[in-house]
Amino acid sequence: MAESIPVAPSPARAHDHEHPAEPGFIRKYLLSTDHKVIGLQYMFTGMAMALLGGFLAYVFRMQLAFPGIDVPLFGVVSPNEYNSLITNHGAIMIFWVAMPVLIAAFGNYLIPLMIGADDMAFPRLNRLSYQLFLVSALVLLASFFVEGGAFGGAWTMYPPLSASSEFNQTPLGTTLFICAVALEFVAFLMGGINFVTTTMNSRAPGMRMYDIPMVVWMIVLASILFMASVGPLVAGAVMLLFDHTLGTAFFDPQRGGDPILWQHLFWFFGHPEVYVVLLPAVGIVAEIITVFARKKLFAYKTVLYTAFGTGVLSFTVWAHHQFIAGIDPRMANVFTITTLLISVPIAEMMFVYIATLYGGSIQLATPMLWALAFIAEFLIGGVTGIFLGASGSDIYLHDTYFVLAHFHYTFFPIAIIGSFAAISYWYPKMFGRMLNETLGKIHFWGTVIPFNTIFIPLFVLGAAGEHRRIWDFAQFPELASEPLRNLDKVATVSLVIMLAFQAVFLFNFFWSLRRGQKAGKNPWHANTLEWTTESPPPHGNWKQMPTVYRGPYEYSVPGRDADFWPQNEPA
Amino acid sequence: MSARPIATTRSAAGMPTGRLAVWWVIASEIVIFGGLLGSYVMFRLGHDAFADQAAHTNTWIGAFNTFVLLTSSLFAVLGHKAADAGDGRRAARMLYLTAAGGMIFLTAKAFEWTTEIQHGFTISAHTFWSFYYTAAGLHALHVVAGIVIMLIVAAQARKNLELQRVELIGLYWHFVDVVWIFLFPLLYIAK
Amino acid sequence: MTSQQAHDSHLETAAAEPHVHHGNYVRIWVILVVLLVASVLGPMLGHPIVTLVTAFGIAIVKAYLVAKNFMHINVAPRFVGYLVATCLLFMLLFFAGTAPDVMRLEGTRWEKPGWIEANRSHEAGSRAATGH
Repeated sequence: MAESIPVAPSPARAHDHEHPAEPGFIRKYLLSTDHKVIGLQYMFTGMAMALLGGFLAYVFRMQLAFPGIDVPLFGVVSPNEYNSLITNHGAIMIFWVAMPVLIAAFGNYLIPLMIGADDMAFPRLNRLSYQLFLVSALVLLASFFVEGGAFGGAWTMYPPLSASSEFNQTPLGTTLFICAVALEFVAFLMGGINFVTTTMNSRAPGMRMYDIPMVVWMIVLASILFMASVGPLVAGAVMLLFDHTLGTAFFDPQRGGDPILWQHLFWFFGHPEVYVVLLPAVGIVAEIITVFARKKLFAYKTVLYTAFGTGVLSFTVWAHHQFIAGIDPRMANVFTITTLLISVPIAEMMFVYIATLYGGSIQLATPMLWALAFIAEFLIGGVTGIFLGASGSDIYLHDTYFVLAHFHYTFFPIAIIGSFAAISYWYPKMFGRMLNETLGKIHFWGTVIPFNTIFIPLFVLGAAGEHRRIWDFAQFPELASEPLRNLDKVATVSLVIMLAFQAVFLFNFFWSLRRGQKAGKNPWHANTLEWTTESPPPHGNWKQMPTVYRGPYEYSVPGRDADFWPQNEPA
Repeated sequence: MSARPIATTRSAAGMPTGRLAVWWVIASEIVIFGGLLGSYVMFRLGHDAFADQAAHTNTWIGAFNTFVLLTSSLFAVLGHKAADAGDGRRAARMLYLTAAGGMIFLTAKAFEWTTEIQHGFTISAHTFWSFYYTAAGLHALHVVAGIVIMLIVAAQARKNLELQRVELIGLYWHFVDVVWIFLFPLLYIAK
Repeated sequence: MTSQQAHDSHLETAAAEPHVHHGNYVRIWVILVVLLVASVLGPMLGHPIVTLVTAFGIAIVKAYLVAKNFMHINVAPRFVGYLVATCLLFMLLFFAGTAPDVMRLEGTRWEKPGWIEANRSHEAGSRAATGH
């Protein structure tokens, strides 16, 4: 890594080096345009929102398992509060946890470092996108404290519940909710355009299309998917806001509107959104399994083209969320076929990863455990999706806990397991110190085992007919039988255990900041460019900008002494 | 101006970073307007009665506004030409003319809307009017944003600074023009 | 849309881009204005097909002229055209998947009273108009 092409510093940059005046806390951490700081801002905001989302889940799960209980730290849950809790749990976990952590945090942190650039192409736009994102989070939080409480019409915001305060009883909460979601979209549109432009234009000399690390590809593809799918929903959000505040009737069938239009607008975005968060996680896993199996990624181009294919196909499946909404039955056939088709590319990716593992020298370090758990758990999520993609079985299973367990088996591996994999893998680069392995493993098992014991019971409950969005099953005698109630209790207790184990992670995270073992430049012996600079990288990332000579996954190349071959090392 | 990172000055995709980003912005706008206008067309084709309301729009103001936007687009591209020739003052003058076109557009729209609202065609009167105000309003919002950016870019271009931005704001303005080219027949002509 | 060609020779400065050829913009503007006049006059003939062609056919031609001559989309790298085309294609897809539900007055276990009512009064209105 000695040879890098020298870059003539522009006068302004030289100026920076002459006066390394220490900026104050606010300038350094709140108003910074450095992509690394912004990435960490996104990460910490996302983690804080994850804690909140987890807390909301704890409260409503307690209500479900022990109806009417005085939930510790919250109190008795009223039906309206229950609706607000589940709505905001869903919205927070998707829009304010999965997206900021997986795309924005790691996209910001990793893209410039992995493509050999000193920053994003538009640093100030980047800062603006974080600030807008923060405002959107604050607007959402504010909705809990206004009169009537937070919106409770589910994160899908179906009208008429969302379109009229006569039905949702949260006149201000709904408006704030729609505004928060719309602001969040704008923030991610700006961030996404920045990611795409940076990756297209700012790559290090020598980095060709197939030399780009998979996680960068995946974040860029996710940004493009998001950008192309969210447009109709942005328009839809404006329409819904007008319905709710100005008395228009876009979605009111009595007055010349159409509520099914909203469902289409929403799910045209909502389904690609699943792949928007899935792809970055898939990319993270690709980086980790190649490093910890010391093997080249099996079929780089196949993974890439499969991801393209998944992206395009993900635009053709959205109405499988609406099979019982009364959509045209002929269209239901079409959407069943496309939905089952999309499992092919995803399965292909899983097989490629298993083929990468085959014959590798596997080290079961914490990041690798998370990556393997992602593959195993996501597989269950994918397979149970087949039942829901087929319109026949979906009509029975729709809106039961089976659906809920299915998408948690996809979203949990993506958003939580994927994030923990990435955090444990890139922590040394971010903070210059290693996380504690023992604590990491305790946290891993303490998260993954309870996760399964939460959601496997919910599959059973769903198949038994237990409906989602019910405050107290005592009102439904046929669902209130003893065995079913006990399964609910198992799930709730598991959730509490899982949340408790997150304390281990937080302790490990903050303890290692000061006490962890020094990481050095490249603790994992990885190839990609971010490991060729200091940990943590300085402002501007490299003293001499790197040049790229090969692809990112040249591990265990025959005839070389070292089992890795950094991308910037001349042949 | 502030120092640019090396990342901003590279162009591995064969296109300056700013122009590349504007094209992505335009792509993301296409789907926003596409979703809204697509919904409108579905309503329009879905039931005949919808067209009854469209008869009340004022074709002449719509046509006048189309003319204004087309002309302002001409000035925008003449500004681009001047910027390419390195003539910042002329580029700035062209941008001011473009912005003036945008303001005439907004003024005409204000008169048009005032008249319509006075005749009882408010945003909640009928779904046609809801779409009418939402689509034209979203477009007008883009016009306002374009004017603001244009004045900032022109102020710099006048001092021969950041001349590449003249083309970028022009690109955006042409896109806003194209959106109106489709809004005009959709809202005014097809009665 | 992501088929950017990674050139081995990376341009370190953005200014090295070759300038587009500036044609006669006033001529394009005159054509656009003539088309605009045609699109206003066409529908006055009252023939539905003529209206459709003059209104939307001309809109497409105008948009093409602006994109080609003012936005220079044909000079830009090819992925720009693909990008715009892909977005338009996705919108067609959205329309194709949504229209079968939204354009109907009634479906499986639902109907739109607002539309049905509006159509009824519309028919009554046109019958009254032809009756006179």
